[in-house]
Amino acid sequence: MLKDEDRIFTNLYGMKDRSLRGAQARGHWDGTANIIEKGRDWIVDQMKASGLRGRGGAGFPTGLKWSFMPKESDGRPHYLVVNADESEPGTCKDREIMRHDPHTLIEGCLIASFAMGAHASYIYIRGEYIREKEALQAAIDEAYDAGLLGKNAAGSGWDFDLYLAHGAGAYICGEETALIESLEGKKGMPRMKPPFPAGAGLYGCPTTVNNVESIAVVPTILRRGPDWFSGFGRQNNAGTKIFAVSGHVNNPCVVEEAMSIPFEELIDKHCGGVRGGWDNLKAVIPGGSSVPCVRGEKIRDAIMDFDALKEVGSSLGTAAVIVMDKDTDIIKAIWRLSKFYKHESCGQCTPCREGTGWMMRVMDRLVRGEAEVEEVDMLFDVTKQVEGHTICALGDAAAWPIQGLIRNFRDEIEDRIKAKRTGRLSAVAAE
Amino acid sequence: MHQHQTDRPATGHDDAGIAAETARIIADHADVEGPLLPILHAVQDRFGHIPAAVHDPIATALNITRAELHGVLSFYHDFRDRPAGRHVLKICRAEACQAMGGAALAEDVQALLGLDWHGTTADGRVTLEPVYCLGLCACAPAAMLDGQVMGRVDAARIDAALEADA
Repeated sequence: MLKDEDRIFTNLYGMKDRSLRGAQARGHWDGTANIIEKGRDWIVDQMKASGLRGRGGAGFPTGLKWSFMPKESDGRPHYLVVNADESEPGTCKDREIMRHDPHTLIEGCLIASFAMGAHASYIYIRGEYIREKEALQAAIDEAYDAGLLGKNAAGSGWDFDLYLAHGAGAYICGEETALIESLEGKKGMPRMKPPFPAGAGLYGCPTTVNNVESIAVVPTILRRGPDWFSGFGRQNNAGTKIFAVSGHVNNPCVVEEAMSIPFEELIDKHCGGVRGGWDNLKAVIPGGSSVPCVRGEKIRDAIMDFDALKEVGSSLGTAAVIVMDKDTDIIKAIWRLSKFYKHESCGQCTPCREGTGWMMRVMDRLVRGEAEVEEVDMLFDVTKQVEGHTICALGDAAAWPIQGLIRNFRDEIEDRIKAKRTGRLSAVAAE
Repeated sequence: MHQHQTDRPATGHDDAGIAAETARIIADHADVEGPLLPILHAVQDRFGHIPAAVHDPIATALNITRAELHGVLSFYHDFRDRPAGRHVLKICRAEACQAMGGAALAEDVQALLGLDWHGTTADGRVTLEPVYCLGLCACAPAAMLDGQVMGRVDAARIDAALEADA
């Protein structure tokens, strides 16, 4: 288990002083100017060496992403944009950072912006996060008053402004190019890539979009060194990670743990075990609503990191672990996600706009069992036609949960169809 | 978002008043980059909705077409094109709140107010809207009344809050 002194987020639960004074007492904003003095290349190299992979779901190496930014400005300003549009069902890690430990993020913004030559950074927060907005804005104001932001930020000689932008209720704005469009005041519809944001992003200028957690861990990594950070987790899956466990565990929680922690240890140590014991575990969605679910018996021995979860047919995503016990109507649970993605599809690409609605309507009938058995294959086929054929990953995110359902729980779907047809439960469904 | 709908001055809602206010809001955002969403948030703060009369001045000031403006307005759920009731009640419909009785709460409140989603009571007192995750899962079910979030709500608490502010 991760030791307390190795935690980056020392106030994740808001039990300690949330003000700037409190943050400084816990070691944040310590020697920020010295870090910046070591230069851009040093910071990017340290980040690469730390092995930090993006915490927003895709797991792209953060240091590498930063190195895509132009070394010298061609006259256009550079921007860092922080994605705080945390809207995925089940994912609730960034809100704890912003509400309770906001100075980790603000200091990270300054250092990351310097490393990419950006004098301005935007944090795009979803409109529904009322308390988080208040807490983060208060922390930004505090940092300005203390001279940690603004001209000669934190005495580093680097001028830096940090802005908080509010969303207006659209999940798709969490996609990086849609987020940029929304910041520009347009509809949040994703852009084609290339050009990638590092070449032409916000207002056509070089831009890097990072997740809140990716940025918030930066200052601590640079202070304690990349070796310390990469000492946690397996090769290529370094670091500590915030897990947000919800659903049928005895004690749902958000907790910072070392990467590559076995699933069983995570649940038993921090969540008081599965409701009704391990034999009662039915399925787990290990990385937020857009990754495929895994059968309970397969996930129990799984290791929670990017590569290991790929091996069990899923993904770490945002590490929002949704646990479902045998009381769960898994078909209905996945239908609920289909409904969500149908609602949030921006309508730009036809496969997603039409496909999400189509998939939801079939799922709707599967929940009630009013379908033909052949339709299960047809539905799987449709998910394959949506996946990978859209500009952004929302189409994939809508397709994967259904694929996971069909791969893992086909027997249950077919039983329900048969039960509906014959009017009686089969042996499996009656268990 | 923030509906400051109590004590809203009765004046300023004729077209001339709207035009003057809109011009002021646009001028306030003259040096903001990507000003459309901040302007729309400000307009909605001021009038409680986005009146049709502001479309032309905003489109002209930002050099965008009315179609582009309409696209943005209709894309984001938070912007409304007609006035809401004096109070806006949003009930969280996301998973954590549903698991803690949010669905029953929603039914109770709908019955209490005699409203469906997005409906406004006949006397113009309350508008009822769904919202997806206010970030208050730890004290679910959650609701928001006029921009104020409330945790662990039930129909009685919501009724009391509405009565207190009637």
